Amino acid sequence: MSRAGFLSVAAAAALIASPSAFAMFEGGAVPERFGGLAVSVFAAIIALTMFVTYLAAKRVKTTQQFYAAGRSVSGLQNGWAIAGDYLSAASFLGIAGLISLYGYDGFMYSVGWLVAYITVLLVIAEPCRNIGKYTLGDILAFRNDYKTAKVLAALSTITVSTIYLTAQMVGGGVLVKTLIGIDYEVSVIVVGVLMLAYVVFGGMVATTWVQIIKAVLLVIASIVLVLLTWAPYGFSLPDFLGAVVGDPKTQAQVAKLLGDAASNMTPQELGQRFLEPGLYLKDPVDQLSLGMALVFGTAGLPHILMRFFTVPNAHQARVSVIWAMGIIGGFYVLTLIIGNGAALNVGAATIASFDKGGNLAAPLLAQFIGGGADSALGNFFLAFVAAVAFATIVAVVAGLVLASASAMSHDIWVGVIKGEHATPAQEVRAARVSALVVGALAIVVGILAKGQNVAHLVGLAFAVAASSNLPCILLTLYWKRCNTGGVVLGMTVGTLAAVALVLVSPNMTYPKLETTAAQRIIDGAPARLEQLQLEASQATDTVAKLKAESALKDLQASVKTAQNTVQKFEGQTTSLVGLEQPLTKLKNPGIYSIPLGFLCVVIGSLLWRRERRSEEMWEELYVRQNTGIAAEQAAQH
Amino acid sequence: MSSDRSFVLAPAKKNMSTTIDWVAIEADPRFQELHRRKSRFLWSLMAFSVVYYFLLPVGAAYWPGLFRQQVWGPVNVGLLFALSEFIVAWLVAFVYSRHASRHFDAMAAELNRVATTGAGK
Repeated sequence: MSRAGFLSVAAAAALIASPSAFAMFEGGAVPERFGGLAVSVFAAIIALTMFVTYLAAKRVKTTQQFYAAGRSVSGLQNGWAIAGDYLSAASFLGIAGLISLYGYDGFMYSVGWLVAYITVLLVIAEPCRNIGKYTLGDILAFRNDYKTAKVLAALSTITVSTIYLTAQMVGGGVLVKTLIGIDYEVSVIVVGVLMLAYVVFGGMVATTWVQIIKAVLLVIASIVLVLLTWAPYGFSLPDFLGAVVGDPKTQAQVAKLLGDAASNMTPQELGQRFLEPGLYLKDPVDQLSLGMALVFGTAGLPHILMRFFTVPNAHQARVSVIWAMGIIGGFYVLTLIIGNGAALNVGAATIASFDKGGNLAAPLLAQFIGGGADSALGNFFLAFVAAVAFATIVAVVAGLVLASASAMSHDIWVGVIKGEHATPAQEVRAARVSALVVGALAIVVGILAKGQNVAHLVGLAFAVAASSNLPCILLTLYWKRCNTGGVVLGMTVGTLAAVALVLVSPNMTYPKLETTAAQRIIDGAPARLEQLQLEASQATDTVAKLKAESALKDLQASVKTAQNTVQKFEGQTTSLVGLEQPLTKLKNPGIYSIPLGFLCVVIGSLLWRRERRSEEMWEELYVRQNTGIAAEQAAQH
Repeated sequence: MSSDRSFVLAPAKKNMSTTIDWVAIEADPRFQELHRRKSRFLWSLMAFSVVYYFLLPVGAAYWPGLFRQQVWGPVNVGLLFALSEFIVAWLVAFVYSRHASRHFDAMAAELNRVATTGAGK
């Protein structure tokens, strides 16, 4: 790709993110007069990644460079890149937010995201490195029918990546808007253009380095935050948590979450309750279901799988998972301090007032630690954390787009349409065009999905990967009798089951239920209003009077919200798929769809005619995945 | 041990993707030994990890009294158990990695050498 072309895109991206965009800074967590500071931090990080992409673009000439960075990434580098690919905004900001609002349950939620890598380490990373080339399709096509396996794997890669990508684009757009006030559409386009520059010009080489840079920044930001938050308590865990449970803000948050159940509890008991399970995750079956999706789904995510083709051999693939586990796990342990520190210093009520999901917990803590909303240092910290969050979204999206583009060009165009007859130059060009197509689609999807609730989409991506990709990979690798029939049935039923179960779950919006609940609030309001007015007028001391008045204000606000809800859903009675109420209580489909996916691969394989190729290739696959004989070699330098 | 056998077939047999005799390697006692040891080690670690992980949500849901027990100031059993999940995951990764680098890599390298050079020891 020409240098001029690269420079013009880089210039366009720089222009969009340049200080001339000051005017857009309003209504974010960064005060307007510190907007320039925020933009400078953003610009510095973007400039760094652009420079790396420029260096990478000069090296990317072959397909192996474009898809797999020449297989010359070291285990240590790949470990950081995996962490950069995996720690999306959902885990960086989301988990700190959950801990700041719900205490223990938020921390418990983070555990599954690390344990997931045990599956990757033990049964996926090394065999896939040993027999794979560039994509999921290469693994499934090893012994199953070539064209069928390639098409299915490509479709599945695009499906899983698009679901994950939508969550990132929408979540990222909203986040950048809340943090620094840039318009939603502008931030989606900036993310899209930057990510396209990395992927199209620098392929896997640039994507890897962007992910490494982002992971390093993320870890530095977290360590600084933890040191400054924890130091006043002499780095003692009991002293620090003692301050959290003794804080009136924590106690008020627990009282609010527990409702009536809190009336007989002392303030100390309320505070301690913050460190006990049950404030957020209420249904144990749903938790098991989510846990299964994480533990088995991570190993089936195409963009994570693809990272193992970038190292020289199976030993380095193993080393990279060890590093990734150290970084990811260490990061979640730091999140425990960040989340609780935000609850202690900022307070759950303030955090929730910026964002209901708590996503602003870490940025607001950074602002507090630096000296508060009026200090330059505080806003520098906030801007830095915001810029890291932005880099996070760009890096994760780049990985997803690269995975989808590789599936389109390598599996479908070269593998199926051209029958493996394409020159390396043609294939690299096809991969770049595919990346442009997928990237443009990502921007369009991001803008179209504005205002949608996408929180459950990340969970869905993991569930689909766990129910379709993982059973097919695992049984292709470890079960001799597995064949094309199993892969076809498992992929289709696994994907459809996971998606269908989410479509009929409480994750969707049910207008009738929403309207009924809102109507109940509106109907009950006059009686409650009268009672509160009476309380306010009869109150003898100022405290009771203030309390009644604030309750009155809350009531008026909730009635207003309820009226808006009724208006919004006027004329609608059913959800997207025509249901008045959810068919299942489970928000996470994994507990049904994962066993079903495995079962379908087995049944499909047994019902299919005996396949010569899948049985003939078994010995070769089995020996190769265990020994690494004839594995793809790294590029010679 | 049939260590003086070569796995290389020349010229390439029809319908085989390479010139290596995979069936012969699979039948080789050294491969069988590698496979047996690896499978046993790997699947038992996997089963242990999955069970240990799911003890956390199950424990939180069904033994809340135990999780609530304070052991170190406000630090309770539940918090320590959640932290132990991290330690255990790291330990499993470390144990597997060390074992694989010490034993499996050498066994695989030996098979690889014989297969690609055709020269048995």
